[in-house]
Amino acid sequence: MATSFTLNGQPTTLDADPSMPLLWAIRDFAGLPGTKFGCGMALCGACTVHVDGQATRSCVLPVSSVAGREVTTIEGLRSAPAKAVQAAWIKLQVPQCGYCQSGQVMSATALLERNTAPTDTDIDAAMSGNICRCATYSRIRAAIHAAAQSIKASA
Amino acid sequence: MSSRRAFLKDAGSLTMAALTIGFEWAGTTRRAAAMAAPVAAGSFAPNAFLRIGADNSVTVIAKHVEMGQGAYTGIATIVAEELDADWTLVRVESAPADAKLYANLAFGTLQGTGGSSAMANSWNQLRDAGAKARAMLMTAAAAEWRVPVTDLTVNKGIIRHAGSKRQASFGSLVQRASALPVPDKVTLKAPADFTLIGHEAPRVDVPPKVNGTAQFTLDVVQPGLLVALLKRPPLFGGTVKSFDPAAALAVPGMVKVVEVPRGVAVLAKNFWAAKLGRDALKVEWDDTHAEKRSSAAIMDEYRKLADQPALPARQQGEAVPAIRGAAQKVSATYEFPYLAHAPMEPLDAVIKLTATSCEIWAGDQFQTIDQMNAAKTAGLDPQQVSIHTLYAGGSFGRRANPGSDYIVEAVSIAKAAGADGTPIKLQWTREDDLRGGLYRPMYFHKLEAGLNEKKELVGWRHVVVGQSIMADTIMAAMIKDGVDPTSVEGAANIAYAIPNIAVELSTTKTGVPILWWRVVGSSHTTFAVEAFIDEVAHAAGEDAFTFRRKLLQHEPRMLAVLELAADKAGWSNPLPKGKGRGIAVAEAFKTFVAQVAEVSVDDAGRVTVDRIVCAVDCGTPINPDIITAQMEGGIGFGLGAALYGAITLKEGRVEQDNFNSYRVLRMNEMPKVEVHIVPSSEAPTGVGEPGVAPVGPAVANAIYAASGRRLHILPFPAPAAV
Repeated sequence: MATSFTLNGQPTTLDADPSMPLLWAIRDFAGLPGTKFGCGMALCGACTVHVDGQATRSCVLPVSSVAGREVTTIEGLRSAPAKAVQAAWIKLQVPQCGYCQSGQVMSATALLERNTAPTDTDIDAAMSGNICRCATYSRIRAAIHAAAQSIKASA
Repeated sequence: MSSRRAFLKDAGSLTMAALTIGFEWAGTTRRAAAMAAPVAAGSFAPNAFLRIGADNSVTVIAKHVEMGQGAYTGIATIVAEELDADWTLVRVESAPADAKLYANLAFGTLQGTGGSSAMANSWNQLRDAGAKARAMLMTAAAAEWRVPVTDLTVNKGIIRHAGSKRQASFGSLVQRASALPVPDKVTLKAPADFTLIGHEAPRVDVPPKVNGTAQFTLDVVQPGLLVALLKRPPLFGGTVKSFDPAAALAVPGMVKVVEVPRGVAVLAKNFWAAKLGRDALKVEWDDTHAEKRSSAAIMDEYRKLADQPALPARQQGEAVPAIRGAAQKVSATYEFPYLAHAPMEPLDAVIKLTATSCEIWAGDQFQTIDQMNAAKTAGLDPQQVSIHTLYAGGSFGRRANPGSDYIVEAVSIAKAAGADGTPIKLQWTREDDLRGGLYRPMYFHKLEAGLNEKKELVGWRHVVVGQSIMADTIMAAMIKDGVDPTSVEGAANIAYAIPNIAVELSTTKTGVPILWWRVVGSSHTTFAVEAFIDEVAHAAGEDAFTFRRKLLQHEPRMLAVLELAADKAGWSNPLPKGKGRGIAVAEAFKTFVAQVAEVSVDDAGRVTVDRIVCAVDCGTPINPDIITAQMEGGIGFGLGAALYGAITLKEGRVEQDNFNSYRVLRMNEMPKVEVHIVPSSEAPTGVGEPGVAPVGPAVANAIYAASGRRLHILPFPAPAAV
């Protein structure tokens, strides 16, 4: 049974097993490889996408449950906060191996889209579900603050 | 070609001191060489490391995998520096598997990455490569303009002749330069003239890692590709007794079920079908020869072995009588668990196997060994195996292993599936990763020390008990007189001036497969040495920093990082009640690192690591920002292991299977980290691993300072128990 939803702004119908996690539907059926597989149990955040603007772990979410909803992946990031996050990630040289960074960028963007001046506590709450084995955490924190500053400056 | 011996030269500590590997090696492959230099017409490729296009692009060929440590950027920086290239036009491409061209010079004739050796072994080679290319481009310009080459200057990819106000980009000279002979000798730049080295060139791999376009093995897509998952025995050493593929094959999208030496593989059109297929697959296992012990029972054996005679790893003076006759004796034991590497990208490899070729795509860390093992598995010659090295989503040592486990599995599946050229992607899940073995070994350490009446440390005895990483592998020749140097590095070579030292090793065997893990031996020895020297300092009634300082007077580089870390941390400034500072210092892979930890321990015993101040001396700093990043990352990695990391076995079964049971450090637990780099003009050494070593003991020593509680068992006990 096919599932229809909006993927990165485009109406999309994927003919995947409805119980297939969204992660594998967007990777193997929609051909978007930026979203990563890390744990398969919503424990690491590598698979984070936005569903109706909310940071969501796609590795445990059946594709059928996004029918009619808006899904954004790293490939579809267009918002001003997203651009600010990506620019800050480059400026502060955040990534090491980079594998978790799509998920980090998605979680950070979702945070800044609802909170333009996050505190360290806000960052802990929003980002502690995203594991980075290279432990780039200090730079992620600094980059979120830097992105928030740049959003404020351009507002 | 006959068998040849490859000597793995010292990459740092004594780890690689005397590694000899014997294997059949047929030399370079024509296929690989062809891949190395797909020299487009009109481009200039004076050596295997560099290609300049008519469009002014500079492509640097990286012989080391980029797994997060910054190797691509470091390699490109060295070449671009001597070339005087425009950094914005520099690109990096991974080298094919070809040990003739791309051996890690620290490993002798093997291509691979490890032991924090990428910069150290590439330094002279790549400076030379860049400088020779620059010389040829200058000669080409001088010839074209009929001016003396000495009148030319080069800056950011542009050659200029001031007298005639002429200038030319590298790209405009490629044809002329290609016709010139490669000079035998060139003069390298004076460090004072460096514009990239020491100046934080931005990483070449950051932009694609921020927008999702960086290509990992997970992302390899090919027509007709099948995804394979392997059902492995639940106990190490188990084998397949029988299996029934019917239920698995009934899953839509499932294609095939095949038996291979390590288990039963399912092949499907996509990951999810393979996952459901493997879940449905029925396998009966034969556990006759499997390891069925619990890790606690194995540790009990180790504890007893620590009191039995062991083999000497270092003998200096007479430690036992010196301690026996000492005015004051101190002793302690330390226990270290098995640890998984748990890189964010679970192991994966894509294999395209035919009767005459094997093509591999992987975040490959051990190209020559993987080529050999893949060839052996496939029944091919090594030169029929080609490797595309992709970005690795972390490794921490896991992707470099003497048995090439994940590569061999993938090749064996492709072979069992018919070797018909169908691309097959073997994907491990996180559960496969945590239960699948190749752990940092479990160890037991016993230490004793003696102080004389003047509170001077006169005797030191250190017994290490645990499995050998090198034993029963192609690296077994590294074991000398029964001592695997990776079991005792960081212990046998302790830097403290102690007149009588005995370091002993008791090597054990278990059925649990093991491997090096980030910073190898120093992942446990540094903890034992640095936690124990702290106890000795306390017994001597001395400050932990001052005590170490006195014993390191003859070790200027180690002393310098120790003093720098203490100074920047404000070691002598008092802290409020409930807070404490701890210090630790280590040398790993010829890099010196000291760290001061500041922790808070609340009334309930909950520990918060507030701050880590780190000083590092890695010789000439090639990219200070990457050095800083590696220290930050190493600290987070080592801290996570100290706080939580443990793989345990119950009756042979691994008890952890995902990030809920195998905890790693998360954002809210990351301390503030400050990194200070010692200025140096010594040859560069590595930074990927050494930062991991001191953090555990620095934190343990800080917890003692804050709470009076010494920690002897890793990982640290649950908060309430501290």
